[in-house]
Amino acid sequence: MNILKNIFTTSLGKKYVMAVTGCALVLFLVGHLAGNLQVFLGQEVINRYGHFLQSNPELIWPARFGLLTLLVLHVWSAIRLTLENRAARPVAYGVYKPIGANYASRTMFMTGLIVFTFVIYHLLHYTVRVKAINLTGQDFAAFKVPGTVGEHPQHDIYRMIIIGFRNIWVSGFYVLGIGLLCLHLSHGVSSMFQSIGWKNDSYRPLLDKIACGLAILLFLGYISIPVAVLLGFGKDIQ
Amino acid sequence: MNLTLKVWRQSNGQSQGRFETYAAKNIIEDMSFLEMLDVVNEELMERGQEPFAFDSDCREGICGMCSLVINGIPHGGHKGTATCQLHMRHFKDGDTITIEPWRAKAFPVIKDLVTNRSAFDRIIQAGGFVSVNTGGTPDGNAIPVPKIAADAAMDAAACIGCGACVAVCKNASAMLFVAAKASHLNLLPQGQPEKDRRALKMVQQMDEEGFGNCTVTGSCEAVCPKEISLSFIAKLNRDFGVATLKGK
Amino acid sequence: MALDSKTPSGPLAQKWDKHRFDLKLVNPANKRKFEVLVVGSGLAGASAAASLAELGYKVKCFCFQDSPRRAHSIAAQGGINAAKNYQNDGDSVYRLFYDTIKGGDFRAREANVYRLAQVSVNIIDQCVAQGVPFAREYGGLLANRSFGGAQVSRTFYARGQTGQQLLLGAYQALARQISLGAVQMFPRTEMLDVVLVDGHAKGIVVRNLVTGEVSTHAGDAVVLATGGYGNAFFLSTNAKGCNVTSIWRAYKKGAFFANPCYTQIHPTCIPVSGDHQSKLTLMSESLRNDGRVWAPKRKEDCTKPPGSIPEDARDYFLERKYPSFGNLAPRDISSRAAKEACDAGHGVGPGGLGVYLDFADSIKRLGVNVIRERYGNLFDMYEKITGENAYEVPMRIYPAVHYTMGGTWVDYNLMTSVPGLFVLGEANFSDHGANRLGASALMQGLADGYFVLPYTIGHYFATSKIARPATSHAEFRKAEEGVQERINRLLASKGKRTVTSFHRELGKLLWEKCGMARNEAGLKAALKRIPEIREEFWKNLIVTGQNGGLNQSLEYAGRVADFMEFAELLCTDALHRRESCGGHFREEFQTPDGEAERDDANFSYVAAWEFQGLDKPPVLHKEPLVYEEVHMSTRSYK
Repeated sequence: MNILKNIFTTSLGKKYVMAVTGCALVLFLVGHLAGNLQVFLGQEVINRYGHFLQSNPELIWPARFGLLTLLVLHVWSAIRLTLENRAARPVAYGVYKPIGANYASRTMFMTGLIVFTFVIYHLLHYTVRVKAINLTGQDFAAFKVPGTVGEHPQHDIYRMIIIGFRNIWVSGFYVLGIGLLCLHLSHGVSSMFQSIGWKNDSYRPLLDKIACGLAILLFLGYISIPVAVLLGFGKDIQ
Repeated sequence: MNLTLKVWRQSNGQSQGRFETYAAKNIIEDMSFLEMLDVVNEELMERGQEPFAFDSDCREGICGMCSLVINGIPHGGHKGTATCQLHMRHFKDGDTITIEPWRAKAFPVIKDLVTNRSAFDRIIQAGGFVSVNTGGTPDGNAIPVPKIAADAAMDAAACIGCGACVAVCKNASAMLFVAAKASHLNLLPQGQPEKDRRALKMVQQMDEEGFGNCTVTGSCEAVCPKEISLSFIAKLNRDFGVATLKGK
Repeated sequence: MALDSKTPSGPLAQKWDKHRFDLKLVNPANKRKFEVLVVGSGLAGASAAASLAELGYKVKCFCFQDSPRRAHSIAAQGGINAAKNYQNDGDSVYRLFYDTIKGGDFRAREANVYRLAQVSVNIIDQCVAQGVPFAREYGGLLANRSFGGAQVSRTFYARGQTGQQLLLGAYQALARQISLGAVQMFPRTEMLDVVLVDGHAKGIVVRNLVTGEVSTHAGDAVVLATGGYGNAFFLSTNAKGCNVTSIWRAYKKGAFFANPCYTQIHPTCIPVSGDHQSKLTLMSESLRNDGRVWAPKRKEDCTKPPGSIPEDARDYFLERKYPSFGNLAPRDISSRAAKEACDAGHGVGPGGLGVYLDFADSIKRLGVNVIRERYGNLFDMYEKITGENAYEVPMRIYPAVHYTMGGTWVDYNLMTSVPGLFVLGEANFSDHGANRLGASALMQGLADGYFVLPYTIGHYFATSKIARPATSHAEFRKAEEGVQERINRLLASKGKRTVTSFHRELGKLLWEKCGMARNEAGLKAALKRIPEIREEFWKNLIVTGQNGGLNQSLEYAGRVADFMEFAELLCTDALHRRESCGGHFREEFQTPDGEAERDDANFSYVAAWEFQGLDKPPVLHKEPLVYEEVHMSTRSYK
């Protein structure tokens, strides 16, 4: 199979893997944000959304599995490419100026690694709901939507988000994680088009701007929730 | 003006290198950078010391023989300028200038500032040509080439193969070179019959030579003495992808 | 010895066809038994190596650069001529032939030049098929421009990088043959001697510049395509590495050297800025299409800013002297006119060695954008070197040694007086006579390599029947020892002066005494001085380092040592040719208005010199130039 061989063994193939998985992960980020922003529509709306997802395991588990695969491929290609890149320059320069290369482009692997740990924390925090790491002393798993107790209690996502982000450290780490993620995307989204070859001199400036714009929008969208909570959004929730 | 040079000295590919410091005295701003090095080398020889080796030939920015990473930037960091076209008017009295060879696994040092760039030749040998024998070719005007295609091909073909793109890239990637060479031919009607094969073979050879991967930092484009566009890399990515999807 | 040019008989237009039929062929199956050693990988060398390999010969190709793609052909800017007549402006093979013969001041071999014009059309087809991105019109057809004083538009070009693109085409063809295993490439390898066995060239001695190892290679024929000897003058537009070594060593082995005094001085170079100068930079002659050459009429204006000099105080000397060709007068004539202006004290810039090339009128007429589109890269280059913006102030230009028409004598088959030794491109003397027209060098290099040698070399193989010797043959050992001994002698030089200082001294002497204008007294003085410099060279030279490894000081010393010997032949030839023609201007032989005065009665011949030993004068052989077709006229561009 030349196709698979070309994709998984050549330098350009690995870049395709990186670009395509990156693209899918960005789409997930957009979708995830759209879901999260429902928090501003009130307790009932976001909890209904959460219930919809959780009550359809035949949807959510393939999606989770897919996301995991994407992430694994994305990280695998990043590690492979980075190791090759390190090997390509065995002797370092005495003086080195990365002319023409912006900060985001030079730190992709580092930002990627930090974002990866952030994602793990985030999953433990809000998905697995490990009590010890939410720093609030409360057990998120025990947050139930009032009136749904019984055989099929619904999870109170709204309360979990608000209580969770009320902790300044948690919010701070979240903003930092999202910030690095968006720095990663400011380069990644535009590179994605480059790596799969959907760029030329005419589209290039536009795509670069779109990438930057998307990164900023995602950043503002995601941080709006912790910032709002810290500024007093949902202060009636205990 | 008087300058201090920190020059990389390395007797051969096997030995360890180190920086040595030299004084460049009475340098005139009209001198080219290489002429300044000539002056320093002349003085070294007059004192019976061995001059440092560096590559240069045409000294007008077209042969691609000259190299040198000057203060951390290949060719010194002036837009569209090769080392041989860099003039001393860009430096000032008292400056310290660090001079290093291209550093990449695929460009092993031969001596001092001279590296072996034959990896580039092998990439061309892998597919950077049109397979036509001498004679028997159709009339030059038999196949019209749109001016836009000819101009774009020329933009790519302007590459002088100096290797600065590799030298500046944090990953020591040769993508700008390979993309320019492949795009030059892939943009022209004459290059179409071998387009897929060319993209695959050249990339394969590039990988075998031990160059790093492109992470689109854009520094290659910034130092390229011929200002080859990053967009050619996108084109090579596209050509390689199409060839791959065809199962070639 | 009578020089037989082997020019075929018959009408001029049919000579090449007839000759190709008369040439013996090598059976396709037998071709792989023949091995060809090609030295040099420029347009001529790369095209020959690739074409021979395509035919089935085994080829080894050698170049001193780190890649065959870096040969100095790459620096040619302007374009390549071809008699395509795509512009319907009256061009034809005959016109290109005639222009070239006339441009060469009737000192070239008629049949060679006609053949060159004939195959010029094939070259364009070949290069287009290889993917050379020539300039195109919007309709997709090839664009042409008028170049170097031609009255028709027959020059094909790829921006200002035509040489680069043509060389890349040939290099790519060569790369393809290397990948197929038909050519073995030896970069960073310098040829230091030819090996003759039974009077035939059957091998070469080379030095690996990286390891210092000296080795020999045996072949059935040796092809030298190593360019010109312009660097004898120290300052020239040639690359730093260009040298006379290969053809000089061939000369010392019996290959006659023809017309060394025909050196071309290019009018549009950037003037010298000081003693540190290591080389001169040429700007394409195409600049003269839109630039006007002038010098101040009053000497006191020479130091004033050019913009402050009123129109009537400017001497547009080319337009004044040559009203019909104006700024496009041929290279030798334009160069000399600039020198005259400077000699008369009207020069501008450092040392008064420069004249203006002014684009103000063109910018006014066409707009700055058109000028930028046409010459942007040249203006940028000028600014990098001089720090001046030529859109605002006129460029300063001065002539510089650029091309050498002379070279190894070859017959119609491009074979030298040594059987089995072929010389191509600028390294031979054949096609440009006493002066080369613009955009003809690329044409000749590729013609020789793609379309002449592949036919004629087969004839040599088919007729000579001398087996390729093994490199263990005594002649190989002898040549190798000779080379090694010379290297050791250079390495043992622990004097006080660097190679550069000797080269600069020699070059300055040649430029002054045997440059744009020569005279008997000067040439005699040079001939007296050169052996003195050479003697000091061998006594007082410093060469640092060892042989075992990259040693640029040693490489350079070897090349300059050959220039030291060659310079004498250059001046000897210039002294003997008591006439002015093309690039050879003898002050004693000029018309009352200062134009070159040819002496067809006495000097209508090729002067081919035979080496007799360094301490003995060379023997002159004459190949009479017979013009069956054209009438020798006085070149006039007025």
